[in-house]
This record gives sequence, structure tokens and C-alpha cells, in this order.
Amino acid sequence: MNYFQSLLDQNKKLFIPFITAGDPDAEATVDLALALQKAGASAIELGIPYSDPLADGPVIQRASGRALKQGMNIVKAMELVPQMRENGVEIPVILFTYYNPVLQLGEENFFALMRENNVDGLLIPDLPFEENERIRTRCKAENLYFISMVAPTSSSRLKKIAQASDGFLYCVSSLGVTGERKTFDQNVFQFINEVKAVSPIPVAVGFGISSGEQARKMNEVGDGVVVGSSIIRKLEELHDQLLSEADRNEALQKVEAFARSFVQSV
Amino acid sequence: MIMYPDIKGRYGDFGGKFVPETLMEPLEELENAYREAAADPAFKEEYVHLLKEYSGRPTALTFAENLTKSIGGASIYLKREDLNHTGAHKINNAIGQALLAKRMGKNQLIAETGAGQHGVAAATVAAKFGMKCKVFMGAEDVERQQLNVFRMELLGAEVVPVHSGNKTLKDATNEAIRYWVQHCEDHFYMIGSVVGPHPYPMIVRDFQKVIGEESKKQFAERTGGLPDKVIACVGGGSNAIGMFHPFLHDDVELIGVEAAGKGIDTPLHAATITKGTSGVIHGSLTYLIQDEFGQIIEPYSISAGLDYPGVGPEHAHLADTGRVQYISATDQEALDALHRTAKEEGLLAAIESAHALAKAFIIAETMSPEQSILVCLSGRGDKDVHTLMKALKGEVDQDELLSVSSGSK
Repeated sequence: MNYFQSLLDQNKKLFIPFITAGDPDAEATVDLALALQKAGASAIELGIPYSDPLADGPVIQRASGRALKQGMNIVKAMELVPQMRENGVEIPVILFTYYNPVLQLGEENFFALMRENNVDGLLIPDLPFEENERIRTRCKAENLYFISMVAPTSSSRLKKIAQASDGFLYCVSSLGVTGERKTFDQNVFQFINEVKAVSPIPVAVGFGISSGEQARKMNEVGDGVVVGSSIIRKLEELHDQLLSEADRNEALQKVEAFARSFVQSV
Repeated sequence: MIMYPDIKGRYGDFGGKFVPETLMEPLEELENAYREAAADPAFKEEYVHLLKEYSGRPTALTFAENLTKSIGGASIYLKREDLNHTGAHKINNAIGQALLAKRMGKNQLIAETGAGQHGVAAATVAAKFGMKCKVFMGAEDVERQQLNVFRMELLGAEVVPVHSGNKTLKDATNEAIRYWVQHCEDHFYMIGSVVGPHPYPMIVRDFQKVIGEESKKQFAERTGGLPDKVIACVGGGSNAIGMFHPFLHDDVELIGVEAAGKGIDTPLHAATITKGTSGVIHGSLTYLIQDEFGQIIEPYSISAGLDYPGVGPEHAHLADTGRVQYISATDQEALDALHRTAKEEGLLAAIESAHALAKAFIIAETMSPEQSILVCLSGRGDKDVHTLMKALKGEVDQDELLSVSSGSK
């Protein structure tokens, strides 16, 4: 049985926070993963900073920019995972990366690094179903979660994507890029229901979820939420404290409390 | 004969659709609408009619008599895309895509622009068809191309300055795509070059093929044969593919000229095929300028229309198969060629086109007078006057710039 399904069976909704590797720095990323686990995260989505993130809104774009300035890259990001483990992180770590960095590493090299660093899964937002067969198959063979995404425009593609997905299905709540949203179209609930109806695996809703209240509403129909931009915005607020040795712990506690508000809302 | 693109939108190893899931259906919808339109004689008729009546096609084929004499090699002919309405080849594609948008029932256009020529073309057709138009443009390009920004605004378009990255075409394109992801249900994204996810490189190529088709016919009428060599500048590569495509199966040497900026041995260039490696940019697998970790490197060229880090996937394929040869010209070479053409022929070329002219002059010199070379003059230089003035004021060594074009080389 898949790990995400087993959480649901224990009556736990999925809470999958997103952080960008290297924002505000590598050390903080490791600490943040642990704080998020303490808050009740089901898995960590670890973003690889990228120069041209087509699926992301301004908040995550800025985080990418900060991380790139720190010299973060896909290899160093994967190397943070064993450090997270040493730090006590036990939940799965899923890489969120655009396709080009994977392509430049080369598939062999990339999978070797995934194995070496015990990365649990992979999400590539610009590698749609028609282009991802080889990587998807490879992930299956290597026992890695290959997380697929479906969007409100997926309609005729929904079923085939859902059936090829692994771990959990990432359901994009609305048209657009990542980023906080004040309101959601009421159609979103019908859409999540449609996705649920065809998905053999848990369905986590992402893009725009920025409050515990929104998470609660999504969870009434879905199996959990992915939360990115609003956490990154919090980290942006706490940027200087996270970088200061004296203030870091306090900042981490604030992040933990913020993340907990999503878990507790369920 | 293999037809490109294939069913996955590939040109050999290049092309494809590397976009967020949200855009997959809109792209399929676009492809279906395009294929239907292309098979509809009424669509073609309206397109051809507008090109003739609105844009002013066919554009002239000009024998550059003075340059031919002063260079003393092959006869140089210029395909005068600068004579198009709005001053560049970009209007060919804009008219085609606007017709397609209309057919799809979408009356809100999104466009990205570098030098502003595509933005002006998009704003123009939007006005003509009564559509709304939002043009994304890098803040740096807004600065460099104030004249075109003003033109777009006069035409009723909204110009959105983009402040991310290097604030140029790459960043404008990211922003346009992001905006499209959000509004794909009722907006039509009009891409200005043969780049982006399938079917865009195919659609833009097909609308630009008129350049090469017309050239071929005009050349045959004039000389009874084909040119020996055809040269065009390559940023994204739309004027070049439009010019080259009809010649692909002829015994004609095809040469694309990229922007070498301050030199391809410096980091300041936009010579994507010459110096790039294969990767994904803006939804397409192609050659691009990037670092070892796949981060895209900001390109540089004095020409806002050429400083793009990628290139159309079909060009990548044509380079790989060797059918087209890609070389590069520096800022200085382009400026020199621009001056020379202005002084000797009374033609003010766009800085983009001047890259092709620069290499054409060098190559023509090595050819015999019985041979001929055809250069795509993709646009006129009015929009670049501001850049030229700045270059003259000191960004480029003034004496060096003025010492050009005495005719001796």
C-alpha cells in the first residue's frame, strides 16, 4: 500500500508543504524540513530553484532567485536530503523541479543521485503526460513516486493521467500559476470530485491555498493540500531571522506554528 | 520525404510540448483549429487578401546594385520585408494568427515582444479586428524601444513592462506564458517567432513561408533561376525559417546569422546555435544558452530582437542535419553593415537584419559576379534610431563606427 493512502486510512488528510532548496540558505532548508515535519507535514515538496519557472507565480519565483544567488543547484539540493534525514526528517521528500535541470544532469546521473540521496519522489511541472513516459516508467522501476498533475483544463486527459500517477495525484485548483488566492471558483469542488472519481490514489489539491480555512474547504472534497506560496511568503517575512543564529530557532517555531494552522484546520 | 513536425510536434530531436498541464488542452485546441483553418480555402483566401490589401504584399525584391559594385563579388538581392505594413515581416504572422483567433472566437490577444516589432504587429491586427491586446515587454526593451512602445499604445494595446531576469524578451515570454496559463480559456496567445511549444513553431513558420515563396518566384522572374545562397538573421528565427523553408529542397545554400554581441568568445552574445546546448526553454526542446545545471543564461545583443537565449526547434534540427549553416555577426559588424547599406543603398535596415547583411557582404566578396546572394531584409531600422544614437554617443567607439562603409573592405 502506498504511504499516502495509509495516512488517509488513519484518517489523516495530506498536508504537503513546499519549500525552495537554498531559501534563505541550505542550512535553513534542512531545519525548515524538520519544523514542517513537527507541524504535521505528510511529505516535503523540495523545490529546485530555476531561472525560468513557467508554472510559478512571483512569490516562488523570488524564492528561486534568492536560492540561485546562494549558489543552490539541483545536485546540492539533493544533497540536502541526507542532511534532513540526519536531522530527524522521516517523511518522504519529493523533488519539485523543472525539466531542464534534469535534462542537463542526464537521466542516468539524475537517477543515480536520487538513489544516492534517498529522494522519495519527483514532480516535474513542465513535463506533461505525453513527454514523461520514460521518466515515469523509470520511477516505477526504481520505486520512486512520480507525481502527476491534473488541471481544470485536463478534461479528456484526466483519466489517463490519474491512472499513470503514483503516490498522490496533484490536482491544480485553478487556472494560473502558483500563488495565494483570496477566493476560489465554486467549480473547483466539482472538479476535485471529478478527479477523485477517476483517481486510484489520493488527491491533493494545490495552487493558491493560503489559509487553514481554505485547506479545510478543499479537504471536504479532496484528500489533502499542497501549500507553497503562503509558506514561502512566511519565510520571506522571516528571512533575516532565519539567517541569524540567535533568532533562527524562534523563526523556525513561527514557521512550525504557521504550518500547523493548515493541519489543525482539517 | 519526412514532414516536420511529426505527430508529437518534433523536428528530429527538437520541439515538443514542455508546458504546465493547464496548457496542454489549449495547445491541442489551437492545433486542431489551425489544421482546420489551413485546410479551409476561405481562410487562406482571407489571409492572402489581407497580406495584399492591408500589408502591401508582395514586398519588393531589390537588386542592391551599389553594394554589389562596391563589394565586387556576387550580385546581392534584398527581400524587402521592411516594406510591409508596420515595417517588418512580423505582420505576416500576426495577420495569420489574428484570423485564427477570430475563427476560434477569441478576441483578447496576449503577445510578447523584444524589439517591439511583433508587439506593434499584434497591436495593429488587434486594432484592425477589434480585439483587445496585452503586450508583455521586458523593462529593458521598453527603455530601448520607446518608439515602438508608443506605437503600441497609440494602437490601443496595453504594454506590460516585465521586471524579472534581464528584463528582455526571455522574461517577457515567461510572463506572457504565465499570464496565458491563467487566462487560457478566453485569451489567444500570439507568439511572435518560431519558438514555444508545438504547434506554435509550425504555425508561425507556415505564416512566414510567404517570404521564401514570394522570393523564389520573384527571383525566377528576374534571373530565370535560383539564388546561390540565401541569408537571414536568426533570433528566434521566424524571418529565417520563412525565407529558408521554400528553398529546403533546392540546390541553394542557406545561411542563418545569429547575434555574436561583443563576440562569441565573451559571455555577451546571443549565438544560441553556435554556442548553445540542447535543453528546454519556453515549452520547446531546442538549443539554448545555459549553465551546466540547466539555468538559462541571459543573452546579450545590441539588437533587442535578437537577444533571445533559445532558437526555434526547426532551426536546431536544420543545424543538426547540416542543411542550414549557422554563423554569427557581432554588434559592431552589424552596425558597420547598417551604415554601409544606409549610405550606399539609401536603406535603413533594422539592426537584426544588419547581422545578415554583415555576413552577406563578406560572403558575397568571395563569390563570383555570375553568382547571386539573397538576403532577407526582415525589417526597417526606424525603431532602432534611439539605439543607434546611443551607440554613436559612446557605447561604441565613434571613430570606428564612422570609419565604415568607404566601400573598401
